[in-house]
Order: sequence, then structure tokens, then C-alpha cells
Amino acid sequence: MKKTALFLCFIILLGVLSFGSSAKNREITVYNWGEYLPDGTDGFVDVNKLFTEKTGIKVNYSTYQSNEEMFTKLSGGGVSYDIVIPSDYMISKMIANDMLAEINLKNIPNYKNISDDFKSLEYDPENKYSVAYTGGTVGIIYNKKLIKPGTDLNTWDVMWNPEYKGQILMFANSRDAFACAFSKLGYSLNTTDKQQWIEAANQLKKQKPLVQSYAMDQIMDKMIAGEAALAPYYAGDAVTCMAENEDLDFIIPDNAVFNRFVDAMCILKGSEHKREAEEYINFILEPEIGEQIASYLNYPTPNKEAFKLLSSEQQNNPISYPSEEKLKNAEVFINLPPEIDELQKDLWTSVRADSSGSAWSIAMVIFAFALLWALIAFYRRIIKRKKFK
Amino acid sequence: MNKKNNKKYLASVYIVWMLIFTIIPLGLVVYFSLTDTNGAFTFDNLKNIGEYTPVFLSSIKFSAIATALCLVLGYPFAYIISKVKASKQTVFLIFIMLPMWINFLLRTYAWMTLLENNGLINKFFSLFGLGPFHMINTKGAVVLGMVYNFLPYMIIPIYNVITKIDKNVIVAAQDLGANSFNVITRVIFPLSMPGIVSGITMVFVPAVSTFIISTMLGGGSNLMIGDLIELQFLGGSYDPNLGSALSLVLMVLILISMGIMNEFDSGEEEMIAI
Repeated sequence: MKKTALFLCFIILLGVLSFGSSAKNREITVYNWGEYLPDGTDGFVDVNKLFTEKTGIKVNYSTYQSNEEMFTKLSGGGVSYDIVIPSDYMISKMIANDMLAEINLKNIPNYKNISDDFKSLEYDPENKYSVAYTGGTVGIIYNKKLIKPGTDLNTWDVMWNPEYKGQILMFANSRDAFACAFSKLGYSLNTTDKQQWIEAANQLKKQKPLVQSYAMDQIMDKMIAGEAALAPYYAGDAVTCMAENEDLDFIIPDNAVFNRFVDAMCILKGSEHKREAEEYINFILEPEIGEQIASYLNYPTPNKEAFKLLSSEQQNNPISYPSEEKLKNAEVFINLPPEIDELQKDLWTSVRADSSGSAWSIAMVIFAFALLWALIAFYRRIIKRKKFK
Repeated sequence: MNKKNNKKYLASVYIVWMLIFTIIPLGLVVYFSLTDTNGAFTFDNLKNIGEYTPVFLSSIKFSAIATALCLVLGYPFAYIISKVKASKQTVFLIFIMLPMWINFLLRTYAWMTLLENNGLINKFFSLFGLGPFHMINTKGAVVLGMVYNFLPYMIIPIYNVITKIDKNVIVAAQDLGANSFNVITRVIFPLSMPGIVSGITMVFVPAVSTFIISTMLGGGSNLMIGDLIELQFLGGSYDPNLGSALSLVLMVLILISMGIMNEFDSGEEEMIAI
């Protein structure tokens, strides 16, 4: 039968489309944060190109905006990435969900370059699943010109200061936004006390009228353009902003907990190119490559050999490399228990969206719409009949 | 194989396409909105979205305003284009289509840099010692973004219908003593109703479910329903079940709105004929 033959052709075509790309050859697929790897612009090397030149392994590279976006895409299935670079809490979540493969450190001789500060961290105590890529801290970036004299910047309360209504930017990412509220309240960023989460959400709701916009990467553009006075931001990106606009400065308030994060390279379970992926990780840990990444991102490098290659100006930058004293208050995110995670999602939606409706109001809206439709239809039938007569 | 069978054959490709890319995804939306994270049947998602009724209402309000503005701006424009020389009409149409060659996101981003406090418009006004005007992150900016992005979808269907109106009908109206005002209100306008209806549908439907515009131009403090749905899938509040329930309700509302619009579309021409 021709019909079945055509149908079979269709199925085969679908199959070829979906599986054809997974044929075993020397290539890897890397899924990284946006603007998180030197790509040959601004006088930096093109890391992926260098890697391909050196090893002959082709690199397919794509990027994401947030840990949650990455996780959603991976858990949706239908994609085959080899390397991802999630943050701390997401790594422990992915380990818990059995999504990561154990990395064979014997294949990564350059692992010796990793500083001890970036080993055996809470999210991966035995260093089985992750190799640190970069780290950083979260503080407040501000525009000196727009800050009124006498404002105390050395406190997270400044993000709730009504004098700066409409001049505050806020993280559009739930975990980071809640961390700011916890820093203000003085609670642990990893608290599992539901009451404290609700309190933090109330703080964020209180802050909402003051917020100009909720953003992530756009914080950089807006701060450089002088559109806002204050924003919570990642230290490395803040250094990049400050190079563009000299009115900007960055502070991590004393005597308050703040977030220190680590992004680490992981290999996904089911990767068909594990050996190549390990080669890639090893390449990233080369001191020269590490130096390029650290200079490009302005984030502290976990690579102690790469650190030695940085200029003394970079090495002594207190924003990229805060003092030991400062780091005492730092907390790394860990994965939250499922019920707290659920609570966080619900609270975040209620912060962002106007959730003052009652359970039946949406049914009323639909009913009102349907009624309107019926009335109009009825009315038009009458007119039609009249005209006909 | 005979010719008739051949045609069925061609249709089967579309049926398979519809099945894979329309029916099954719709079924999944319904399935997700009626289950919880463990896949157990529940009405909770639908019950919970009641909380977000204000978001639905504000989205409908914003897109209704934007649609009305598009109609007010688009109708005269479409009428004027249809009246100029045929060669000029093409030029006008190209100018309407031109911005659509650029990605929607970029166009909205461009408005952001125009409207900002230190943006181009305020810089221009400051030359004359005016401003700065606060334009970005306001409700007006959101409506502006919608009107700008969806205006071509209003102009083109109306233009298409107006150009197809039989010239003899207009001549007949004039012969019977209608002045130009009467020609427009009593002949051209009713005859262009199908274009208006499809224009309204083509603006209102994407506008009500739009996202990004309100986060980019409105600051994200007043989320629209599209943003709320995005938040459930890609944002921090990962909850596809709630997101699906929101989409389902939005679909029902859009379907009803289209039904209402269809009432104005069907029968308009027959009514005039009668």
C-alpha cells in the first residue's frame, strides 16, 4: 500500500530528524549562562574555537538566563546536553534528581589548579559531580550621582528606602530576590522556617511600589545608562558596569548575611560524550584559559594558577575578591526541601502578580463574557428579523 | 490512483500536522491543568487561578485600549492608502511592513531606549529645557508598545477589504444624493466591517496574551497574563500545572471574545443587501 509507505516515510523522517544528530562523533554540547565565556570579542580569546583547534572536538554552545530556565529545559527532556554550568543550589537539586553523572577526576589532571576554597562545598561535599567554574558575591550596586547625601548605604534597608521610589531595580529571579529580603531581615538565606519565608515575601511586596523594574541582565544596561539609583547585583558584573560608568560603585553591607555563589561545570547523566566533556573541563582549567575567563567576567576565579596570571590590580580588587573578614557573613545557597521550594514558588508568584482575586471571581468573569456574547447574538437576531420584515 | 484520492492524500499531511502540533498540545494543556505535580487529578489549579483575576482583567483592559487605539489610528490610515495611486499604495504598504522585518523583541527594546529617563526623547526635549518626562515603566508605555507592535495587523485587513469595495456602489450612493460623509459612514464603513472584525481579532488576541512588553516597558510591576504564564514555565515560579490552567482559562476567554467579534462579522453584508 502506497499510503502506509508514505506514512512510514514520514515516521522515518521524524526519526532521522530527532536521532540523526546523536551519531557518535567527537563533539560536545555545552549549555552555559549567557555572556559567561570569552567568545573572541573585546580582545579576549575564543575559548570554544581554541578547544576545537587543539582537540578536534566540535563544540555546540547554547546559553540560558537562569538556573530555573536551564532546569526546566533539561527536565522537559528531548534535549541532549553534555556539560551544564549551574549554580550551587541547582547542582544539589540536580544531584538529588539523579541528573548528573559522576566526573572521573583522573581524566582532569588540571583539577589540581582548583583552590581548596572551591572544593568540598555544601552542594557537592565529595566533589563527585562538579568542578568549580567561577564564584562571586551579591551586593548592592549604586549610582553615586543619584544617591542623596546622608543615605546609609551600608545596610540592605536602603533597598526599601521610599526616598528612592522608582529608582530601585530588583532581581527578577525568585531565589536571588528572596535572598535580598533575608539579608535585610537577618535570616539565613537557606532558612526552612515557613514563617520567615512569608515574612520575606511580605517585605518584597512592601518593596514592590518602590521598584522601577524587575530585571536580570538588563540591570547592567540600566545601571550603566544611569536609569536607576540602586540595584542588587553580582560582584563580577558590577565591576564590568563600573568600568563603563564611573559614577557607579558597589557595596556589600557589613553585619548582614549575603549570598556567595559558585557556578560549577557538571556532566549530565546519559551524556554520550563523557570523555570529550571531561577533556573540555580540563581545558577550561588551563591557567591561561582561566585567566581569560576571570578577566572577561571579573568574577573571582577558583583556579589558583590562573589567579597568579592576573594583574595585581585585578588580584587586589576588593569587589571581585572580598576580604576574609567580609566573607565570614557569606552564605552559599543550598537546595531547599520540596515543601519550601513549593512555598517559594507560590510566594514569588504572589509577589509579582496582583493576587487579590477570590476563588470564584474568574468564573464570574468567564460567565460575564459568555453572557455578553449571548446578549449580542440575541440582539442581532432580533435586528435581522426586523429588517427582514 | 485516481485524482480524488490524491487530494485526500494531500489533506492527510495537514491532518497529521494538526494532530501533532495542535490537538496533542491542546490536550496536554488540559491534562496539565487538571493534574497536580504527581499527575493526580485535581481541580486545585483552576480554583487557584481565581486569585489572579485582577491580572486577567488588567490584561483584557490594556489590550482592549490598545485595540481601540489601533482601530482609531489604523482605519483612517487604511482608508487613505486605498485612495492613493496604486504605485504609491505599494510604497505605503512596504513602510507598514518594514518594521515587521525586525524582531519583535528588538523593536520593543528600541522603545525602551527611546522612552527612558535618559533616553533619546528626553534628551531631545532637554535641548529646549523641557523634561525629563517620566515615560518608561508606566501604563501608557505598555499600551504604546502594544499599539506600535500590532498596528500593522489592524491596517492590512482593513486596507484589503476597502480596496475590494466595488466602486460602482459608491458611485450609486453619490447618484442617490449621499454626500461624502454619508458615503463613508453608510456605505464604506459597513462594507469594511469584515476587515475591521478580523483586524480587531488579530490585534486583540495577540495583545491579550502578549508578554515581555509589560516587563520591558512597564517595569514588570504590573504583570500581564502572558508574563504570569511565562513565570510558571521559565521564571522562578516553575509550576506548569498552574501555568496550563492559566492558559486554558485565557483560551476560553479568547474564544468567547472571538465569538463576540464574529457576531459583528457575519450577516453584515446580507443586512445591507436587504
